[in-house]
Amino acid sequence: MNYTNTLKISLNALRRNKFRAFLTMLGIIIGVASVIAMLGIGQGSKQSIQDEMSQMGTNLIFAMPNFMQRGGVNLGSSSSQNLSLADLENIANDCPAISDVSPQVRSSGQLVRGNQNWPTTVYGVNEKYLSIRKYELASGRGFSEREITRYAKVGIIGQTIVENLFADGTDPIGQTIRFNSIPFKVIGVLEPKGENNMGQDQDDLILTPYTTVQKRILSITYIQSIYASANSEDENDLAIEQLTESLRKSHKLKETDADDFRVMSQSELVQTFTSVSDMMTTLLGVIAGISLLVGGIGIMNIMYVSVTERTKEIGLRLSVGGRERDILLQFLVESTLLSVFGGLFGIILGYLAAKGVSMVMSWPIIISSSSVILSFLVCTAIGIFFGWYPALKAARLNPIDALRYE
Amino acid sequence: MTNKKTIIQVQDLKKDFYVGEITVHALKGVNLEIKEGDFIAIMGTSGSGKSTMLNILGCLDKPTSGRYMLDGVNVNELNKNQLAALRNNKLGFVFQSYNLLARTTALENVELPLYYNNEVKAKERVERAKEALHAVGLSVRMHHMPNQMSGGQQQRVAIARSLVNDPVVILADEATGNLDTRTSFEIMDLLQKLNQQGKTIVFVTHEPDIASCIPHNVVFRDGHIIREESVQNVKSAEQLLRALPVDQD
Repeated sequence: MNYTNTLKISLNALRRNKFRAFLTMLGIIIGVASVIAMLGIGQGSKQSIQDEMSQMGTNLIFAMPNFMQRGGVNLGSSSSQNLSLADLENIANDCPAISDVSPQVRSSGQLVRGNQNWPTTVYGVNEKYLSIRKYELASGRGFSEREITRYAKVGIIGQTIVENLFADGTDPIGQTIRFNSIPFKVIGVLEPKGENNMGQDQDDLILTPYTTVQKRILSITYIQSIYASANSEDENDLAIEQLTESLRKSHKLKETDADDFRVMSQSELVQTFTSVSDMMTTLLGVIAGISLLVGGIGIMNIMYVSVTERTKEIGLRLSVGGRERDILLQFLVESTLLSVFGGLFGIILGYLAAKGVSMVMSWPIIISSSSVILSFLVCTAIGIFFGWYPALKAARLNPIDALRYE
Repeated sequence: MTNKKTIIQVQDLKKDFYVGEITVHALKGVNLEIKEGDFIAIMGTSGSGKSTMLNILGCLDKPTSGRYMLDGVNVNELNKNQLAALRNNKLGFVFQSYNLLARTTALENVELPLYYNNEVKAKERVERAKEALHAVGLSVRMHHMPNQMSGGQQQRVAIARSLVNDPVVILADEATGNLDTRTSFEIMDLLQKLNQQGKTIVFVTHEPDIASCIPHNVVFRDGHIIREESVQNVKSAEQLLRALPVDQD
């Protein structure tokens, strides 16, 4: 028997049981649709994380003291005071792959202007910080080196603070606001950056010279963390290497000593986030895959019932010259047709569902051709796999018994 | 008579069935020869071995021992696939319960055996199925489904299906068993006419009325052929039909 005939016979058999064929396909349709939709949502969120992260600067590198243990007690990283301004100077001299470097010291407190107040964080940094963190000035100016050496009480504020303290529409530039009773003159306003991926408001801050925070607010001489930018994204790894080497040298660590600091980069963070999102995608995909499997079992169930119900037909086909192979092929093609058509409808439904979700929830959705091709191949394989056993059962029937079956 | 071609030649055919530890000897050494153009009735009570005999003649079952030649082919030597091809090319089956595919037109039902023959193209397949339906007088019912036809019409479709591959022999198993007397004679009339056109037919039945329309009767009992006879004055089914009282309702 040739393949066109097999296909025709199988199509006829499905046509004779349209509603049952549809119900069987429904399992596959839902399975494939959920795979497509889930992968679309997963890949979409991964892409949006990547986009946002690279907006924040992929060449960003930062260093902070490592967790310290003293007498078995883990003191956490903030208790360490081993990063100094001398380290910073050495980095500037030792690391050709690093273009800019800035210290960072921070403190939380209440900002007050007249009868308005707002809790925020003050970051003590140097003049390079804006370009390292890719902040842009909306108005005003950055602070000068001279202001740094004189611990000037000047500040650059973010949009959130403008909204909360200058709700009356006053131009903040030149105004005085107080942080924990210390008056600061506003010299600049930052362009809004919005929330980062952790939901943190990047506009809720005030930047001042690090010396000001060290002397006037915290009374410390060390620095809490170091921010640097590599010359380019390609030199990230080299920059990390040089920074680590420089800090080890400054801290006089022996070959065998472990680092007493941690160096991280934005690109590592991107990887961390995308790996989290990859995990989510995998998880969603697995759940959707299980529903696809259930659909496949549905096909097996129906094919099995169908073989029993059509025993007499199989007997007839064998008696008029159908070979075992012909019968096997017929039922295999039937189950494959069910899963292939179910898969096609499922892809369409999954696409629509993903579009619906992205419209209603405004989630980013990416339906890649690879996920479409993959789920289509998987459901075809499912049709063959789950059709095999019932088809084999049909082909192995004894024609005499099958003909006599009631 | 002797110059006619031998279609079926069976020598010392035995068939045993093993049911648990008991061996049932269904056929105990049967010899039979059927020539081209013969119309033979195989008779016997249930358990006489006539169904087993038909299964073996139909290449659906293999004998335990003995020789079976079908149209010059030694059936004993064939494997499953070759047997299937043999059924497809040389045999036509008619069953007691018609065995038509439900929700499938008469024409498509008749086409069925040709689907399994690679040498027959789609166009030829439809042509031959139409011819076969014409031969059984059902051209007008070509596109009807089995559930839209009477029992007699369904059996005619089944006969058309057995004719479509131009077999060397048609094997009918109690083909009138589900039909009333009038319809049975109509079917016998059709078979007699097919036989007159040269078709070889083997007809299994236990009804003497039916057997009286068939020129050669072979009677089975307990796995043996106990009687082989040529019927004198073979009755014409057409005449028997005319003799039947006309239904009043």
